[in-house]
Amino acid sequence: MSKIDWAAFPDARGHFGPYGGRFVSETLMGALDELQKAYEQYMGDADFMAELDHDLKQFVGRPNPLYHAERLSKELAGAQVYFKREDLNHTGAHKVNNTIGQALLAKRLGKTRIIAETGAGQHGVATATVAARLGLECVIYMGEEDTRRQTPNVFRMRLLGAEVVAVKSGTRTLKDALNEAMRDWVTNVDDTFYIIGTVAGPHPYPAMVRDFQAVIGREARAQHLEMTGKLPDALVACVGGGSNAIGLFHPFLDDESVEMIGVEAAGAGIESGRHSAPLCAGQPGVLHGNRTYLMEDEHGQIVGTHSVSAGLDYPGVGPEHAWLKDTGRARYVAVTDDQALEGFHRLTRTEGIIPALETSHAIAHVLELAPTMRPDQSIIVNLSGRGDKDLNTVAEREGITL
Amino acid sequence: MTRIEQRFAKLRSENRAALVPYVTAGDPEPAATVPLMHALVKAGADLIELGVPFSDPMADGPVIQKACERALRYGTSLRDVLGMVAEFRKTDVETPVVLMGYLNPVERMGYQTFAEKAREAGLDGLLTVDLPPEECDDVAGLLENAQIAPIFLVAPTTSDERIAHVARAARGFIYYVSLKGVTGSQTLDTSALAARLEAIRQHTDLPLGVGFGIRDAATAGQVARVADAVVVGSAIVRLAEEFDGDPVGFAHAASEVVAGMRVEMDRVRASGVEASV
Repeated sequence: MSKIDWAAFPDARGHFGPYGGRFVSETLMGALDELQKAYEQYMGDADFMAELDHDLKQFVGRPNPLYHAERLSKELAGAQVYFKREDLNHTGAHKVNNTIGQALLAKRLGKTRIIAETGAGQHGVATATVAARLGLECVIYMGEEDTRRQTPNVFRMRLLGAEVVAVKSGTRTLKDALNEAMRDWVTNVDDTFYIIGTVAGPHPYPAMVRDFQAVIGREARAQHLEMTGKLPDALVACVGGGSNAIGLFHPFLDDESVEMIGVEAAGAGIESGRHSAPLCAGQPGVLHGNRTYLMEDEHGQIVGTHSVSAGLDYPGVGPEHAWLKDTGRARYVAVTDDQALEGFHRLTRTEGIIPALETSHAIAHVLELAPTMRPDQSIIVNLSGRGDKDLNTVAEREGITL
Repeated sequence: MTRIEQRFAKLRSENRAALVPYVTAGDPEPAATVPLMHALVKAGADLIELGVPFSDPMADGPVIQKACERALRYGTSLRDVLGMVAEFRKTDVETPVVLMGYLNPVERMGYQTFAEKAREAGLDGLLTVDLPPEECDDVAGLLENAQIAPIFLVAPTTSDERIAHVARAARGFIYYVSLKGVTGSQTLDTSALAARLEAIRQHTDLPLGVGFGIRDAATAGQVARVADAVVVGSAIVRLAEEFDGDPVGFAHAASEVVAGMRVEMDRVRASGVEASV
């Protein structure tokens, strides 16, 4: 691999090589320009960054621990496994790192209304939470199918004062929620701030969300160095849109010895066609404002996806991941619903941590990866969210009525 | 002169505004589309905007979303849509046809292949709502060579600086989105519209079409006072839902709407600038 200056991406117009960009209707171009200016201004503004750091510490509970899973490591008889405990953040997942940042930007821009899309509901909850705290009106778009799978999170958002709109168009999942949020934004662009929850969408979202999530990797890198005196050998994170993975990976991009592995959802199996693994089994195209790997048919129509985890059930992926894949800096694998469930139970029983089903995909891959490595090597896994929201899904799959 | 230029030149010489109906190709069924296009021309359409169905029409309201879903029941693809254009051209060599849709089906077909096939089919323009001029470098040259006009949108939120940029990239005509919002949205303020079109004319000599929010003959007439073209979409497409399963009934009802607009638009233009508002 030739030396790439990772800090130079995206370019001024939001491109990561051929990926990214700004593919939206004209009505939104002005708002995206305004957002980009604000983002560039405030990321270099000491007062803004101090307020962000304060909120991350006092409200979110950062820094969260890098936990050495000694029992699991011993059982796997290979690499030492460390978990970056994003599940311990307020609201139970990494999503809040980003919503805190974007909500502060919304305030600076004088916007009074916040909208967001959500799949598993974690981003919706994190958005409703910051909106409640800042006294902003909040509307969350969620696919009708997902509102059924994630009822506790729907209730949580409503408790927080958000309006939850169940989206009934298309496949009634995350991609349709995103379409509907875009439609809202195009209509109410003057007073509304759209908090996108992942590293996808039109520029500057992929870069901005990455920068807000990169706190994960910065902390993990420093913690690992402090605990072991060296860098980890591998990083593993699940990838739907890819925000928790980019957040972990990005601060390590220049550390060439550190391998990066993103884990997509293979659903019922890649060969079945019922999956959510665009990087492993899709091809480049344009959707939701950016060029990236997509799941589409031969005519360029986006196809339905499947995953046991609502948060990974998305036909696209952040453009920086597409770029990391093509450059070979990161590699991407996929694990099935069944493997993810195995990871879910294994971590719960071995370490006393109930992970989200999304996160369980990363864990499932570590169950395979760690035994192929030496005990003096180490892996950091992003434990991106806790599993409380998934108890109904797991029970249902296993024929248990709660 | 291209077909689009010829059409606008003729209309200008007659002091008439172009009436541009939008229909989604393949809605309510693929066999209905070409006869519908001919019926619309007969009813008074000057240019046809043919929607390419897409699974994720982010810039469209519920009416056109459902039209896409109906067309996709039959798997209506971009290739099929170009086939419809070719079929239409067999008996109508004068009426310009513009495709309107989203980038991904074009990207998947390949820009080179699209440009060649579109030229063979007799297509005149392409409007991809999610392709702003900033991202069109790959496509622009290929379209230019195939004599297909890239048509761009200007919105109420577009800055003067951007209007100039859009005007440089645009060919054929410029489509002014008269409302913030998705297709099929509600009200239209015609005096603000007139001022806005005047501002755009500072940057371009291209004809200005206006779409979004044109619901009936009265609004079409008001817009025809100030615009070079009136684009009407949801008001026609909602009839396809009503007449689902009855393509002949749909073509008839759509023709009536278009004919009514035609009469009002021509009346307003003929009666001078100070028409009824």
